[in-house]
Amino acid sequence: MELWFSERHTPNVKFSIKVDRQLYSCTSEFQRIDIFDSKEFGRFLTLDGYMMLTEKDEFIYHEMITHIPVAVHPNPKSILVIGAGDGGVIRELTRYQSIERIDLVEIDELVVEVCKKYLPTTSCSFDDPRINFYFEDGVKFIRHCENKYDIIIVDSTDPFGPGEGLFTKEFYGSCFKALKDDGIMVNQHESPFYTEDAAAMQRSHKRIVESFPISKVYQAHIPTYPSGHWLFGFASKKYHPINDYNGTKWNMLGLQTRYYNPKLHAGAFALPNYVEELLRDVE
Amino acid sequence: MSLDQNRAPIYEALENFKRMRIVPFDVPGHKRGRGNSELTDFLGQACMNVDVNSMKPLDNLCHPVSVIKEAESIAAEAFGAANAFFMVGGTTSAVQSMILYACKSGDKIIMPRNVHRSAINALILCDAVPVYVNPDVNNELGIALGMSVKQVEEAINANPDAKAVLVNNPTYYGICSDLKRITELAHSKGMLVLVDEAHGTHFYFGDNFPVTAMAADADLASVSMHKSGGSLTQSSFLLLGDRINADYMRQIINLTQTTSASYLLLSSLDISRKRLALNGREIFAETVEMAEYARSEINSIGGYYAYSKELINGDSIYDFDVSKLSVYTLPIGLAGIEVYDLLRDEYDIQIEFGDIGNILAYISVGDRKRDIERLISALYEIRRRFGKEATGMLSQEYVNPIVTETPRKAFYADKESVPLEMAAGRICSEFVMCYPPGIPILAPGELITEEIIDYIKYAKEKGCSMTGTEDINIERLNVIV
Repeated sequence: MELWFSERHTPNVKFSIKVDRQLYSCTSEFQRIDIFDSKEFGRFLTLDGYMMLTEKDEFIYHEMITHIPVAVHPNPKSILVIGAGDGGVIRELTRYQSIERIDLVEIDELVVEVCKKYLPTTSCSFDDPRINFYFEDGVKFIRHCENKYDIIIVDSTDPFGPGEGLFTKEFYGSCFKALKDDGIMVNQHESPFYTEDAAAMQRSHKRIVESFPISKVYQAHIPTYPSGHWLFGFASKKYHPINDYNGTKWNMLGLQTRYYNPKLHAGAFALPNYVEELLRDVE
Repeated sequence: MSLDQNRAPIYEALENFKRMRIVPFDVPGHKRGRGNSELTDFLGQACMNVDVNSMKPLDNLCHPVSVIKEAESIAAEAFGAANAFFMVGGTTSAVQSMILYACKSGDKIIMPRNVHRSAINALILCDAVPVYVNPDVNNELGIALGMSVKQVEEAINANPDAKAVLVNNPTYYGICSDLKRITELAHSKGMLVLVDEAHGTHFYFGDNFPVTAMAADADLASVSMHKSGGSLTQSSFLLLGDRINADYMRQIINLTQTTSASYLLLSSLDISRKRLALNGREIFAETVEMAEYARSEINSIGGYYAYSKELINGDSIYDFDVSKLSVYTLPIGLAGIEVYDLLRDEYDIQIEFGDIGNILAYISVGDRKRDIERLISALYEIRRRFGKEATGMLSQEYVNPIVTETPRKAFYADKESVPLEMAAGRICSEFVMCYPPGIPILAPGELITEEIIDYIKYAKEKGCSMTGTEDINIERLNVIV
């Protein structure tokens, strides 16, 4: 028997992983949730058929979306995470003793439940007492917040489906308002490679540029996402991601990471020319 | 007799027709799309397959004897009407047919001045004489309200020879008049009651909505199925009470109606009626729930006022349609039209309209909760980023007109074009309106005053889309020589 999970990356490109077995499948109020097990990537989570994470490469995404802002901010205490029902971002955040409060806003409670059961690799830190869970639409949650957070991490799905509100200007504006005067917002920024993804990436970059005084983009290599070339947005009211970054200080924390390190921190903001061009077009 | 609302005879006939695989040597010339592949790619094969001509198996809208007749009977029952006509020229054609039925040349018709342009256009066609009842105005919100019963009564008593009373119910903003009482008054003097119910389709199918024209015993009602009813743009129903001669009405409709009615529009009416008749209660309960949620969230932002039933005053706001999401914006220092433009330009959100003091977001069953959240968040952001002191804002949305000529006489009179600034004191021979909502600021035959010129300039400056004049830039007006 050959059982394959396939995701269409463009109308003409397909990405497939051979599935050992399907562990879970359910349709929540918001989306279809599936967990598969595979030889190559271990367990993986898909929402509406789109790859969210695999056990094998999730560390890249979660380290890069978390350590970059936390390492730049001199004193991060209050963090808001939107999306992130798999717990990967939470796992990374809870490694910092200085963080006092983590608010997690996930629209779909079932994602959290499923990940707790099937993905212990990412959901292992949900019991940390610093976490407050809010199961509601992030767009709604954030418009009531003002001057409250040091860092906001937008760990969204794609700009269509339940997460599409997290790519809008009203949302980024609300994030700006919810951050303190030296706050930082980091978001999952899509891929620059395939035409449609690039257009979505440009659209959200434009909206962030219009909402924040400092808006930079950095990259990572994520094998199971379309094209493997993935971007993150770094939007900030005060701190520059490289000029205000102290790598020695971060090293002193003694955190063990598999992808992130201070050299890579600076290097991740060095982008290929074609990506710089796409970004410049909308700045 | 009770007809089966599960049926949709036109839709069924089209399905049947597709199976027959008839070879077309008739119009339309695209022949199921084969002759126009770009259009077929764009609209889809399914659409082109049923863009067909009238023929025996599919009946003929101009003279329905089979499936269209049957579909109209089922629709009539669904709406509680004696008869119903499928209309393919928009609710505009329904409103015009109501007036052309009721009035001949020189006949009087009592109507509120804040009618849609289609009603006044009908007066130009048939040379009826309007007796305007000025709508009550809410000065705080700057919006024209419904008709007050007392004013209608005065107009009826002063014009006992009038043939009909036209009521706009509900208004674009969701405001209803006391339709039952107005109907009783009109009927007691032998006048017909015509209701422009363009924004009230859902009243017929949901729970706890204001009274419908047919339930209020009105004689004719024009219902925009394509608004809250879910059918395709341009498709509507004309509903008839039992005092109306349906065969004469068909002749009236045929005066101006196309002889090539689109089966896309007809089938969309048929399917939408079926859907509302079967599931309307749940559909509109959901719509109202979303509108109520949005209203309470918007009212918690501060500044904005999303109004509702608290406005009810027993007369000119006899009832309110809670499915409407009308928001007063002046307290945040922005005209409604400015908020309307910001929503689109900054936030990629298109709402129904913005006027001087208000915006209207159209909520329907097609909306998703997450889109409602976006709208609310965008309004928050607009206030935070663009809000200012609410000074120097014009709120008046309605200027009482001074009518000196009938619309027809003014429209066809010898006229000249003068600059807007020089037009004060002259009689206008054309329409000036913001579209939407399409309610004339000036109609043919009305005196142009300084106040109206200021209003037009202000509306232009704020970015309202002005229409109606021969001069596309609205810098000149046609006036009677």
